[in-house]
Amino acid sequence: MSGQSALRDESELNSGRVATADTSKTADVRFEHVTKRFGDANAVDDLNLEVRAGEFFSLLGPSGCGKTTSLRMLGGFEEPTAGRIFIGGQDVTDLAPYRRNVNTVFQSYALFPHLDVFENVAFGLRRQHVAKVEVKRRVGEMLEMVDLPNFERRQPSQLSGGQQQRVALARALVNQPRLLLLDEPMSALDAKLRRQMQVELKRIQSQVGITFIYVTHDQEEAMTMSDRLAVMWHGKIEGMGSPKDVYDNPTSEFVATFLGASNLLSGEIVRTEGGMVSVATSGGVEIRVPTSRVPDLNSSAVKVGVRPEKIDLAPEGSSPTAGCNSLRGRVRVSTFTGVGNQYIVETESGVEVTVYAQNLGSQFAPRSGDNVVLMWPEEHTFTVRPLGEKTEINELEGD
Amino acid sequence: MSVLGDPQASTATVQAAPPSAHKRRRHWGRAVLPTYSWLVIAYLVFPIAIMIMYSFNKVVGGQPLVSFSWNGFTTEWYQKWSSVPGLTSAFWLSIRLAVVATIVATILGTLLAVALVRYHPPRFRGKTVVEQVLFLNIAAPEIVMGASLLGLFVTLNINRGFLTLVLAHVMFSIAYVTVTVRARMAGFDRALEEAAYDLGATPLVTFMRVTLPLIMPGVLAGALMAFALSIDDFVTSNFLSGTSVPFPVWVYGATRVGIPPQVFVFGAAIFTVGIGFAVLSIVISKKKV
Repeated sequence: MSGQSALRDESELNSGRVATADTSKTADVRFEHVTKRFGDANAVDDLNLEVRAGEFFSLLGPSGCGKTTSLRMLGGFEEPTAGRIFIGGQDVTDLAPYRRNVNTVFQSYALFPHLDVFENVAFGLRRQHVAKVEVKRRVGEMLEMVDLPNFERRQPSQLSGGQQQRVALARALVNQPRLLLLDEPMSALDAKLRRQMQVELKRIQSQVGITFIYVTHDQEEAMTMSDRLAVMWHGKIEGMGSPKDVYDNPTSEFVATFLGASNLLSGEIVRTEGGMVSVATSGGVEIRVPTSRVPDLNSSAVKVGVRPEKIDLAPEGSSPTAGCNSLRGRVRVSTFTGVGNQYIVETESGVEVTVYAQNLGSQFAPRSGDNVVLMWPEEHTFTVRPLGEKTEINELEGD
Repeated sequence: MSVLGDPQASTATVQAAPPSAHKRRRHWGRAVLPTYSWLVIAYLVFPIAIMIMYSFNKVVGGQPLVSFSWNGFTTEWYQKWSSVPGLTSAFWLSIRLAVVATIVATILGTLLAVALVRYHPPRFRGKTVVEQVLFLNIAAPEIVMGASLLGLFVTLNINRGFLTLVLAHVMFSIAYVTVTVRARMAGFDRALEEAAYDLGATPLVTFMRVTLPLIMPGVLAGALMAFALSIDDFVTSNFLSGTSVPFPVWVYGATRVGIPPQVFVFGAAIFTVGIGFAVLSIVISKKKV
């Protein structure tokens, strides 16, 4: 059963990753081999991407990964060095920003300081020469939707950050664009307001049914809101799919560590039999991984991974349950976080493994210094291709 | 009742003495800045006050020329403000000249400022040269510029008059407008223009609806400066006036014979209008921020 679900996951992943003919019908946005070079550096490197109509799609990655540049190319503010960009089947690569049916919510909101809220929101409609009565009605409706009625005559400088963001959103959406681009719109808000706006934004998106493309470096934000997301790094897409797909089946070491936390052990594939791959880790322990979760069966050097919340701790000497991988180790640090316990366990081979155990009350709760056995189901094990020699893992810490 | 009768009160006074001396010193310190400020203001305003005062001065004797002794108050010169024919036409010429030069210099100077802030080499190749020339334009002695302009126009066989005056005044005002507008543009958020494009505004509409309103305080300040430079310019105008004599050149010529009191009337009027513009500019820039 687990094998089946893994197979389905994989096929979904593939359909997201590869541009195929059948998806192009519903594809709203398409990047074809898009490269953007600034001087010698490739900000975006041969990017291929499809976003479906009506989708909430996130571009996620650390700063400098090319996500904002990709968005700016979509808005028309940057010209690709190579490649084509399509919106709704139309090639917009050479189209000026004011000729695209696309609107943007800028990171700084970019509200016009010399115009009041009403005129800010009406700016786009006025450019289309919409009749006065119609402008008044649509701006009113839009301010209602973003929960800012009776704010028409306020100046942007009189608004709080959250209110300014709503105005920026209203100003973009009032034009009924084909596509809404959001460039880290929450980065200036405090944590509480941010969570509130995430829910709000999701509600508005389902209400208007417009394709949203959302750029963020906050993985939690991307996972909460997106229908699908792409993790970008060094101008390339490292993983793409639904948040669950990408989280559960990270295809690269970068994705595994950037999206949530992962324990990764270097190893070598030694054997493949019966749908299972055995990876010999540096400590000599063999870890079994379903073949469906090994992206490349031909490479021998891999990193084998497991998410901290998938690991169970058992007292020293416990024999591993059937179908589980296990490692022996000693608890180094035990931290109580309220909803759970976080442990850092040093395995026999000297690798530190993070374990996250939910606070269910009746669990085995070792203290630091205790010897324990780490256990997790084989189907929750995955492998990723290791990062190149030159790329250090601490480069991943964005911003 | 008496201080002596109350020992506690007397000790309190004794104890309070050193801090009060200290306070007095600090009080002195606090008075320095206002005193200095008022002295500077007086220094700057005094000549203007004298000018306004003499515009109300009676004249004794036959010739209606300024005498520098106080003969009593009159508004005669305000009533007869246009009775000196050469002076009045010179004044109106100066006004026309200043208005035209200000408009042209403000437009050109503003566009130049936008270009200097926006574009960089390789797209704007001559940028450094333009910056140097602007600086030279401000730094060059006016007498040299006036003389060389005269040489230029004579060589090109262009008759000196209103046109040459406008050309010269625009030339020496542009740099001041550019510097002022450029300072205003320094903190300009490019995203505002991108937002306008994003909302369907063409570059021209974006400039008129977003960029220009936001840099307007700088543009107005630049225009005021250009106007002030033009209306009182003597050196360059003296070289280039030919048959069209502007106000300062006329006044200079008149000093050899004697200044009619109307000169002070016009002076007071220009000053008042200038103050009016300055106040207006402050009000507008406060409103627009």
